[in-house]
Amino acid sequence: MNRLLEINDLSVTFSMEQAEIQAVKDVSLTIEVGETVAIVGESGAGKSQLFHAVLGLQAKNANLTGSARFQGRELLNVSNKVLNTVRGTAINIIFQDPMTALNPYLKIGKQLSEVLQVHERLNQQEARKRSINALAEVKIPKPEKCYNQYPHELSGGMRQRVMIAMALLTNPKLIIADEPTTALDVGVQTEIITLLKKAHNQNNTSIVLITHDVPLVAGLCDRLVVMYAGKIVETGKLDEIHNHALHPYTRALINATPNYSLQINSTGKLDTIAGNPPSPNEVIKGCAFAPRCELADKRCENESPELESINKTQSVACFHMSESQ
Amino acid sequence: MSLLEVKDLGVTFNGDVKALDNVSFTLNKNEILGVVGESGSGKSTLARCIIKLQNKSQGNIYWKESDIHTFSKAENKNYKKQLQMIFQDPLDALNPRMTVAQIIAEPLRYLKAGLTKQAVAQLTHDMFLAMGLSLEQLNRYPHEFSGGQCQRIGIARAMIIEPELLICDEPVSALDVSIQAQIINLLKDLKTESNLSMIFISHDLSIVRHICDRVLVLYKGKIQEIGETETIYQSPKSDYTKQLLASIPLHDPEEERQRINALVASSNSQEH
Ligand SMILES: Nc1ncnc2c1ncn2[C@@H]1O[C@H](COP(=O)(O)OP(=O)(O)OP(=O)(O)O)[C@@H](O)[C@H]1O
Ligand SMILES: Nc1ncnc2c1ncn2[C@@H]1O[C@H](COP(=O)(O)OP(=O)(O)OP(=O)(O)O)[C@@H](O)[C@H]1O
Ligand SMILES: [Mg+2]
Ligand SMILES: [Mg+2]
Repeated sequence: MNRLLEINDLSVTFSMEQAEIQAVKDVSLTIEVGETVAIVGESGAGKSQLFHAVLGLQAKNANLTGSARFQGRELLNVSNKVLNTVRGTAINIIFQDPMTALNPYLKIGKQLSEVLQVHERLNQQEARKRSINALAEVKIPKPEKCYNQYPHELSGGMRQRVMIAMALLTNPKLIIADEPTTALDVGVQTEIITLLKKAHNQNNTSIVLITHDVPLVAGLCDRLVVMYAGKIVETGKLDEIHNHALHPYTRALINATPNYSLQINSTGKLDTIAGNPPSPNEVIKGCAFAPRCELADKRCENESPELESINKTQSVACFHMSESQ
Repeated sequence: MSLLEVKDLGVTFNGDVKALDNVSFTLNKNEILGVVGESGSGKSTLARCIIKLQNKSQGNIYWKESDIHTFSKAENKNYKKQLQMIFQDPLDALNPRMTVAQIIAEPLRYLKAGLTKQAVAQLTHDMFLAMGLSLEQLNRYPHEFSGGQCQRIGIARAMIIEPELLICDEPVSALDVSIQAQIINLLKDLKTESNLSMIFISHDLSIVRHICDRVLVLYKGKIQEIGETETIYQSPKSDYTKQLLASIPLHDPEEERQRINALVASSNSQEH
């Protein structure tokens, strides 16, 4: 075992005028060198905030506790100077919305080559060459042309490919892809997963894929982490969970995923998970999923289940996992 | 009478990029038309032309049989009351300096200026609840919400003025499956209850199949195929449509893994 990123008891709390919001609650998670892990869970589950915290990208009103060590070095609550020794070089992030990461006023080429000029001290010409290669690598049809374009001149899919080119530029140890294929057509979605898989195969890059799209995960990731209301509720090998999910939420999530062969019930509606996730500032005593769970009893309402190992790879936080079939 | 008619629409960027080329179709009242096609095929450009955020290079667009490009200022305002758009980038589309309550109520302020403060507050509350958001979040700012929550705020803002046509540009792709399903069900209800028509741009072909009456397939700015949804899914005519249907991720992990591995292998062999 070779630990790349070790997250321990990480919590992210936002202080608001009226209340405190705990978006991530005591999350512990280890990413091994060369491991590919998918983080899935409902909107607002804390998936993005967990990794924003690791990279020091949290909002000003966020308070971070716990620890996140990258190759043994602490990243939580350290100065930007320390963060910048890994951020943008050893760890790169691909955002849900490429426009938040791309500067709208700078040409694509400048944004790419600058990274190389700063981090690898390449001269302008070398940087240009490497950047154009990187654009070609992610299958941008006219890389030279793209080099001289502004972000708004590209379609959503093109922008996301540019983001991947940028993320691969520095040969990182870890890529965090935060919904990199959201809002992209299935063809590009497949391409992007293929590109990330290739990078992983070639350089043994570890990848964290944050997504809602459960079917998409299998092409890239070996391990699945399921988050609900700021906590990890289940983790294990992808196949293990697919064949035998132990948490009721994981099962509901898999069942609510629209299959190509459609899941339309008798009313002509799509299957949903009954109810809503708890609102972020709600104080939850028991299991956060209890109000939506068929198996929930008094204990679930009052006591919060801890993540427990079932075997070497699978863990689950549920009092009723033995009843799960 | 058709609600919207697009005739021979063309859009050219920088003299050489034909984002749309010879696009013609009609949209009927109370119909949901799906628009699918790969990235860059012109889907958003088409939507932007219809809401007049993008100039056309060629062709015409008719709303209830009048040419939208000949509208007077007053007619334009009236036109914009009748259609709303939900954008692809959820956070991008929300003003960061306004609370979400202000954001949702904003269209009322300039399109239905006569309403009392109380009526505006009531409508805002109702929309917020309908989107599955909780009321104590009303006075927060967009950056305090997750991507999926932002998209629901965008939908609430669009629906609050009860438009006749709703253009949805990837409305649910940022949402997780259960909320996605809730919103699709909600849009379907809106169609039945409010006589709403929709142009539904999406890459999720299972959802398109579920919600759309007809589907338009775009490829490089041109219409490849247009027709009844089931006809297209069961017997696609163009090769492009067939290819598109084959790109849908498979439900079985082992099959999906094999599909991606085969693509990685073929991409490697192309390079050598
Ligand atoms: N600056 C902030 N202040 C207060 N709350 C915040 C802030 N940023 C995020 N949150 C809250 O933290 C929670 C977790 O958000 P996060 O973005 O991590 O969700 P997510 O799981 O990535 O969801 P999605 O799939 O929709 O992107 C949400 O409830 C969100 O409203
Ligand atoms: N303002 C612009 N200037 C130059 N070219 C543009 C501009 N806007 C769009 N384009 C080009 O027009 C074509 C169509 O873009 P559009 O955004 O409509 O695609 P799309 O089908 O919505 O793609 P996606 O699924 O990625 O959102 C693309 O080739 C794009 O690069
Ligand atoms: Mg997120
Ligand atoms: Mg688009």
